[in-house]
Amino acid sequence: MKLISDKKPAFPWFGMDIGGTLVKLVYFEPVDITAEEEQEEVENLKSIRRYLTSNVAYGKTGVRDVHLELRNLTMCGRTGNLHFIRFPTQGMHRFIEMGSEKNFSSLHTTLCATGGGAYKFENDFRSIADLELLKLDELDCLIRGLLFVDHVGFNGHPECYYFQNPSDTQNCVKRPCTLDNPFPMLLVNIGSGVSILAVYSQDNYKRVTGTSLGGGTFLGLCCLLTGCETFEEALEMASKGDSTNVDKLVKDIYGGDYERFGLQGSAVASSFGHMMCKEKRDSISKEDLARATLVTITNNIGSIARMCAVNEKIERVVFVGNFLRINTVSTKLLAYAMDFWSKGQLRALFLEHEGYFGAVGALMELLKASEEL
Amino acid sequence: MAEGARVDSVTAHAAHTMDKSITLPPDEIFRNLENAKRFAIDIGGSLTKLAYYSTVQHKVAKVRSFDHTAKEHGDRLYDIAVQEEVTARLHFIKFENAYIETCLDFIKDHLVNTDTKVIKATGGGAHKFKELIEKKLGLKVDKEDEMTCLIKGCNFVLRNIPHEAFVYTKHADSEFRFQNTHPDIFPYLLVNIGSGVSIVKVESEDKFERIGGSSIGGGTFWGLGALLTKTKRFDELLQLASKGQHTNVDMLVKDIYGGSYGSLGLTGDLIASSFGKSATADKEFSQGDMAKSLLHMISNDIGQLACLYAKLHNLSRVYFGGFFIRGHPVTMHTITYSINYFTKGEVQALFLRHEGYLGAIGAFLKGAEEDNPNQYSWGENYAGSSGLMSVSPDMNPMQRSRSGTFLFDMLEMDRLERQLVKLPLLQDPSSYIPDTMDLTEDALAREYWLYCFEDALDGVVKRAVASQPEAPEAQERAEKFRQKYRHKLQTLRNQPFAYGSLTVRSLLDTREHCLNEFNFPDPYSKIKQRENDVALKYYLKAVKALDVLQWEERQFALVTGVLAGNVFDWGAKAVSDVLESDPEFGFEEAKRQLEERPWLVDSYDQWFARLKGPPHKCALFFVDNSGVDIILGVMPFVRELLSRGTEVVLASNSSPALNDVTNSELQILTERIAAMDPIVQGGLRDERLLLVQSGSSSPCLDLSRLDKVLATVVRERNTDLVIIEGMGRAIHTNYYAMLSCESLKMAVIKNSWLANRLGGKLFSVVFKYEVPAGRRERPVSSIL
Repeated sequence: MKLISDKKPAFPWFGMDIGGTLVKLVYFEPVDITAEEEQEEVENLKSIRRYLTSNVAYGKTGVRDVHLELRNLTMCGRTGNLHFIRFPTQGMHRFIEMGSEKNFSSLHTTLCATGGGAYKFENDFRSIADLELLKLDELDCLIRGLLFVDHVGFNGHPECYYFQNPSDTQNCVKRPCTLDNPFPMLLVNIGSGVSILAVYSQDNYKRVTGTSLGGGTFLGLCCLLTGCETFEEALEMASKGDSTNVDKLVKDIYGGDYERFGLQGSAVASSFGHMMCKEKRDSISKEDLARATLVTITNNIGSIARMCAVNEKIERVVFVGNFLRINTVSTKLLAYAMDFWSKGQLRALFLEHEGYFGAVGALMELLKASEEL
Repeated sequence: MAEGARVDSVTAHAAHTMDKSITLPPDEIFRNLENAKRFAIDIGGSLTKLAYYSTVQHKVAKVRSFDHTAKEHGDRLYDIAVQEEVTARLHFIKFENAYIETCLDFIKDHLVNTDTKVIKATGGGAHKFKELIEKKLGLKVDKEDEMTCLIKGCNFVLRNIPHEAFVYTKHADSEFRFQNTHPDIFPYLLVNIGSGVSIVKVESEDKFERIGGSSIGGGTFWGLGALLTKTKRFDELLQLASKGQHTNVDMLVKDIYGGSYGSLGLTGDLIASSFGKSATADKEFSQGDMAKSLLHMISNDIGQLACLYAKLHNLSRVYFGGFFIRGHPVTMHTITYSINYFTKGEVQALFLRHEGYLGAIGAFLKGAEEDNPNQYSWGENYAGSSGLMSVSPDMNPMQRSRSGTFLFDMLEMDRLERQLVKLPLLQDPSSYIPDTMDLTEDALAREYWLYCFEDALDGVVKRAVASQPEAPEAQERAEKFRQKYRHKLQTLRNQPFAYGSLTVRSLLDTREHCLNEFNFPDPYSKIKQRENDVALKYYLKAVKALDVLQWEERQFALVTGVLAGNVFDWGAKAVSDVLESDPEFGFEEAKRQLEERPWLVDSYDQWFARLKGPPHKCALFFVDNSGVDIILGVMPFVRELLSRGTEVVLASNSSPALNDVTNSELQILTERIAAMDPIVQGGLRDERLLLVQSGSSSPCLDLSRLDKVLATVVRERNTDLVIIEGMGRAIHTNYYAMLSCESLKMAVIKNSWLANRLGGKLFSVVFKYEVPAGRRERPVSSIL
């Protein structure tokens, strides 16, 4: 059953990215619904739309990032608002049960999903909610979604930004920019873990490498070290801490700069290096530990990204992923690291919709798949 | 007993001062302090490494020719005199920082030499102990840059210690796979994992650059580990980690995907997010699991960065060092795994046997620049060096703290008389492996040879005592030798990898080093002398018998002569039994003992065909035993080559080993033969017969470490034939050596076990004539 006579897919339009830690959901809310459509629209669909658009929080852990909403967007010939929703992957089973309760399968829509969870939860979707997932590759989706959002812009503003004067903390300012000619770019996706891609065109890319030291490591270590429970809590603590109480700096070892190798005294020589010593362990705060964890993980990602950029001969490094959400400590640090260690050769770029591109890419696949029917 | 000396009533881990009542064992640690100079010290976080240079007085056996016109010495050909010789030695000792004061006191008490004014120092702890050192020793502490010392030390060990570098494979039959010394050690990458990580690219002796690094290193493992667990010591954290399960803490690909991420080739067991599962408040994690996860996280991260730098700089040799590595199987394994993963097996992680000493060696070299140590070749002294992973201060901290022992580890290196270089005729020097059998990998062979050397020990002790009848304390010294060598064999039984690949050669060399250590420089000197005397009497008769033969018959008789001569070998147990019980065992009898053709390996027909062709330009002949072998076997063969118009270079050992003829003995013998034989005389006169020392003092032969002079002669003379004689040189070693010219390997197998293994029997003959591929069709003969 099709609601609209042309080849457009049936509503609701969802794109879903089920990661290791977070599920990212984008929902296209059509605002150009005709009276005729309104009449034909089943109650079920209406209630979903109302539920999603009238709330900003769902259950205990679901959140709609209202500030990211893309308004009056045209997709597949329809105009609407794109909503960005996230909840922890731990809540996935509850989500599937809800799909079952709401009889989601009666809507005859295709649920496009990417991320590892699309594979892991496929059977649960089928057996519990009678839903068939269209599984999509996460990197394909990531790139497609990123290019799309960058293209449509952020409600009249650029999606992309960078930091001017990254090496000067006083004068470091966030500046909007566009990815007019985006290729080649090194795309660093920091989720629970990190994937690094060299992207030459929408369809031509390779995964250069990855690292297991990512957002999940930051949060996991913070929970163990400080007893915190959420990413927000961890970041809040980190923002108040001083990592130099935890890390051993070059000057702690050499008294100043290590001139033989051009290392500044303020550079970190050993992350958590002070913690080898009992007295130091006894004198640090949880905030210091959170900050050190954040700085360690961020610097390491910066270092690997920079090496990849040099090896792949790519000057533009784009950082995305939910690790960067509300995390200016890390974005500024990455901008600084790219600039400083490459002597100004590399530029770090960031995108406002950090972690949602995979979900957007999945939604686009839904629209594309329907066109091809 | 160099390893793991025990000092009673010591409480380990007392802060940096130690109970003064402990005394250090003077014969075992800080040896030769009386002549010590040029001290250097490297003080790390927990261990101190001390280096110094000493001169060692050694007894050496010298032969001296008599004036034979006078006839006053009866029948004896030459005289044997034991002289004192002074050789240079480098000492390196590693011990815990806790003992530093005790050790400094000991050094002060034993130091006689007063020329020394300065001690070179490096390492993070050098600053802390500066005052103590200056006060105790009265030497000025002169600090040297840590990284410079590290690189200098690394270059030195790579250049001078064969089998310095190894690949570590946890689950293989032998965990350590030692690497050949590459003729050119540069360029390489050194990844030093201390509290942080430094990645250094080394391009030449003096050119190196820190191309990168990381703050996530050993300090991160230690610091975070101490925060996450109740364990506060580094090595205990490693032990804890080795028992943990990281999958309880890490988020794996399969935790996200339910399986593998097939399209990217990421397996399900791959770690997607380190500590990804610990982002929860309502679960307790085991300390071992967290330590293991931390270890994986840090090792993988370092491995990844090292690979990125290796790729960027196009380097394939990557050495790992620093306290994070230092002989810890756990970290060597995780780093190896990581490198293997990130380079898809293209780059191997290399580790160094003496990694812990690099800083001390480098600091020492900085201080000794005026002596120019790098212009000499140095050799590891097996007698004075603790092996890899024998009881050392790095290992088993728990055990150590319980037993309260003072442990130390030593490395001694002797300055070699001659500078050693590779034979220019090796087909592919970088892939040349001297040894035929690696006993580290062959448990059965290892078992046999260790037994064999243990079994022969009584005989060696007896002969050593007999060689010094005028020394009353020889018996006592010989007993010490026995203990030392037996202890080495025991070490090798437990840790076959202790001194690099275990081979018959290394077992023989270790025995020679131990004999020298206790001043038995040449136990066979008298036997060699007697046999040379006897054999010389038959020389003319043997040559005449050959001369009357037809050319064809003579060629065969010359070969069987060399082979029969080679039966006379005190180094082979089966033969020494016969020789000892029946001194009349003659040359002719030896010929009868030989296997009938076809021999076990027999390319005589090809050799014979070759002899019909044009003469060789120059033959290089590595000779074996004294007595019948050299005089009645080799010399007539050489004489025939000279007659054919081939120049001959006779290469013999520089110093004694078993009953092998030494260069100085061969000089005398050849002169005596020349006096009887105009052909040999003419050869010497016209310099068509040259006697050159090999630079070796081993019964085996390493063609990559030969006297520089020999290499020059070989090149200048356009040598086109290499002859290697005897079991030690042509079977235990070099059996598979590929040369860029024709070669002839001749030996009689005088060991029934080996004969058996090769599919032959006692006195089976190996006659292997080879022409390098491309010159002629390649004779095929492979038995090992």
